[in-house]
Amino acid sequence: MATILAVDDSASMRQMVSFTLQGAGHTVLEAEDGKLALALAEKSRGVDLVLSDVNMPNMNGIDLVKSLRNLDAYKFTPILMLTTETTKDKKMEGKSAGASGWIVKPFNPEQLLSTINKVLG
Amino acid sequence: MTVDLTQFHDVFFEESFEGLEIMESGLLNLSAGCDDVESINDIFRAAHSIKGGAGTFGFNKVSEFTHDLETLLDQMRDGRSPVTDESVELLLLSVDCLKDMLKALVDKSEIDYGAASALTGKFKNLLKRNNQHSIAVPVNEAPKVTKTNLNSKWIIEFKPHAHVLQTGNEPYRIIRELNTLGEIDVVVDLSDLHPYAEIEPTECHLSWTITLSGFGLSREKIDEIFEWVADESDITICEEIRASSEYVENNQMAFESDLHKLPPGSVNESLPALNDQVETAAESKVTELKKSDSKKSISQRTESKSIRVSIDKVDSLINMVGEMVITQSMLCALSKNFSVEKLEILVSGLAELEASTRELQENVMSLRMIPISFAFNRFPRLVRDLNSQLGKKVVLELKGTQTELDKTVMEKLSDPLTHLVRNSMDHGMETSEERIASGKPENGHVELNAFYESGSVVIQVRDDGAGLNVEKIRAKAIKSNLMDENDVYSDEEIQNFIFRPGFSTAEKLSDVSGRGVGLDVVTQNIKALKGTLDVKSIAGEGSVFTIRLPLTLAILDGQLLQIGNGVYIVPLVSIIESLQIDENNINRVAGGGSVYRLRDENITIAQLDGLFGYKGCSLNLHKKMMIVVESNGKKVGLVVDELLSQQQVVIKSLETNYGYVDGISGATILGDGTVALICDIHVLVDRALTNCQQHQGGVYECKSERVA
Repeated sequence: MATILAVDDSASMRQMVSFTLQGAGHTVLEAEDGKLALALAEKSRGVDLVLSDVNMPNMNGIDLVKSLRNLDAYKFTPILMLTTETTKDKKMEGKSAGASGWIVKPFNPEQLLSTINKVLG
Repeated sequence: MTVDLTQFHDVFFEESFEGLEIMESGLLNLSAGCDDVESINDIFRAAHSIKGGAGTFGFNKVSEFTHDLETLLDQMRDGRSPVTDESVELLLLSVDCLKDMLKALVDKSEIDYGAASALTGKFKNLLKRNNQHSIAVPVNEAPKVTKTNLNSKWIIEFKPHAHVLQTGNEPYRIIRELNTLGEIDVVVDLSDLHPYAEIEPTECHLSWTITLSGFGLSREKIDEIFEWVADESDITICEEIRASSEYVENNQMAFESDLHKLPPGSVNESLPALNDQVETAAESKVTELKKSDSKKSISQRTESKSIRVSIDKVDSLINMVGEMVITQSMLCALSKNFSVEKLEILVSGLAELEASTRELQENVMSLRMIPISFAFNRFPRLVRDLNSQLGKKVVLELKGTQTELDKTVMEKLSDPLTHLVRNSMDHGMETSEERIASGKPENGHVELNAFYESGSVVIQVRDDGAGLNVEKIRAKAIKSNLMDENDVYSDEEIQNFIFRPGFSTAEKLSDVSGRGVGLDVVTQNIKALKGTLDVKSIAGEGSVFTIRLPLTLAILDGQLLQIGNGVYIVPLVSIIESLQIDENNINRVAGGGSVYRLRDENITIAQLDGLFGYKGCSLNLHKKMMIVVESNGKKVGLVVDELLSQQQVVIKSLETNYGYVDGISGATILGDGTVALICDIHVLVDRALTNCQQHQGGVYECKSERVA
């Protein structure tokens, strides 16, 4: 099973995501903003997937992706943005920063798991 | 797997209410023409989180309503919409509306959608007006024709750009996903592959031609799979109108054999993520450990619903316990090999232990403490609203917002404080014209201040308004029979009449601070918190209302009393005075009961041993001690056997440990280990007065009647 870093400033969102992922047998690391996520990512090993919100205090999701891609350990790690934006431009914002893809909010636990299973195989 | 989303609702509500507070205070700081992007960003983020959460947890109405709000904020932060008084007002109203909607959801009561839809209409108008300048008409995308042929075959050419792996996208995943749609036949093109020695493992130089066939395929489904890589690959997808069943049967085998056709090295090196997965397996033990950690952190968060403690506080607690353990083990070692010479070490060790115990107690208590800004932060909004309602110009100043107060006290403080501020703004503050006429600055000034003073928290509401009119209060007090025309009271005593029930000198009633019902209620509320309320005012200069509260409801300053063979505690705050009884001052009154003539007042006497049912209570009161206590403005003299020391006691609930006892509010454990009961003065005073009227036992009956 995979180790997943979930980043969101909303506690309820983090709870929902990690509850769902843990229920599916994954290990979840949580962070509440980009800055904390980056620190956690630097000291954690074997993160298979990063899920990150876009709008967050201290460091937003876009900057988090850019910073993660500068770390050797996260060069190829799939990173999905949790975004409420449905327009193409906004979705591409994360991609051009280096994200692998996105999941559009609101999503339910089933959608989350099916997307993640696709990425993790 | 199904997940019950309702379990996350509480956290969602909690964070949403916090978010709304952030929005409200942010909006209040936002003035017209302001372009402070950072604060607009904070407001936007809060709205955005609420919208996201509401959508996720199924509160669609909330999510829909927040959407317009968010759109406006989004336009404000990138300068497409100006910050105007109108838009700020609208946003503030919608914060209120959201609060109501969420409260209704919490209480599971009916939501008033009327207010929401009215506001939504206003938002749409405002957005429409703003967009007339910068025309951003949403272009309706041409409706997509979904062709879903029963059995179709698609030829897909997939040529990812070299850097595709660096965004975490793996071509193999795409192919695997296509395989979930139907049967696939994959042919890999190695022509771009560099010679083995020059291969750059982080780049992808492979491309694929995939033949996909199956039932119910559509272009949309295929596009969806390529959605994330569309910007970094060349993809052509076209449908072949012929489907051969024979072909379908064979293609699974073809796919497998094609994969085998790849040179082994190229698979491994071009798909580095696979290697990562192998590493992951090796680290599964580490992973297990982390898993248990993150589970722990979840359960902590669930508890945090009731109280949030900063990590600093927890750390200092752990520190202190550490110190105590060291001292304890030092003392333990000392006791094993003790001799008189070591007495000094023992004494200093015990002193250390005492110091750390006290520190630990203070720190544990501080866990319940939160900064008073939690109670203060609603007032900027209140003052703003009252200013527009009353047509006054009052500037609010908050001081000492970091002063900490017990959480339970704080929750009950909100209403009384609101009342005092309303009162100051409505009755205390003059209109701008009146202020200018009396040579004062046009803008009124109301100040909320909190600070510590000798073991209690003091909260002051200060205004520079007209002040209390002593003559008016005096006249009203005489009219209401609270005082006699000839009574001599100091100005301060007269001013404090405003806390009596039903007392108001306001000639004009307003819907802001009501009809004088109130200040007495405020007094009651503060008393229930074991605090006091008083007022100091100078006519023409302003008033200061001062609330004094104990630091916490868990500790109490108590007077220890001996009654019979038991020790009881009376909260120091309810004791007015203690005295030794002079029998000459005891009077029997008509209808039973006795009173004590204390200066100009007759005070009902009650014997605590009688009230508590001690048998054989002494009837000789001469030289006994009496404490005069007050509750709800009524005074009673409680006769006790002996006054012991005064000390701080930790309140333990009697109800949880034993059961409810009328007249007793709790218990505590004294230094020598005995249990002492804490008297509930409100109940005792009521009971004493009722007993007195009914002429029943317990209240002292004078044998020898003396009439003064």
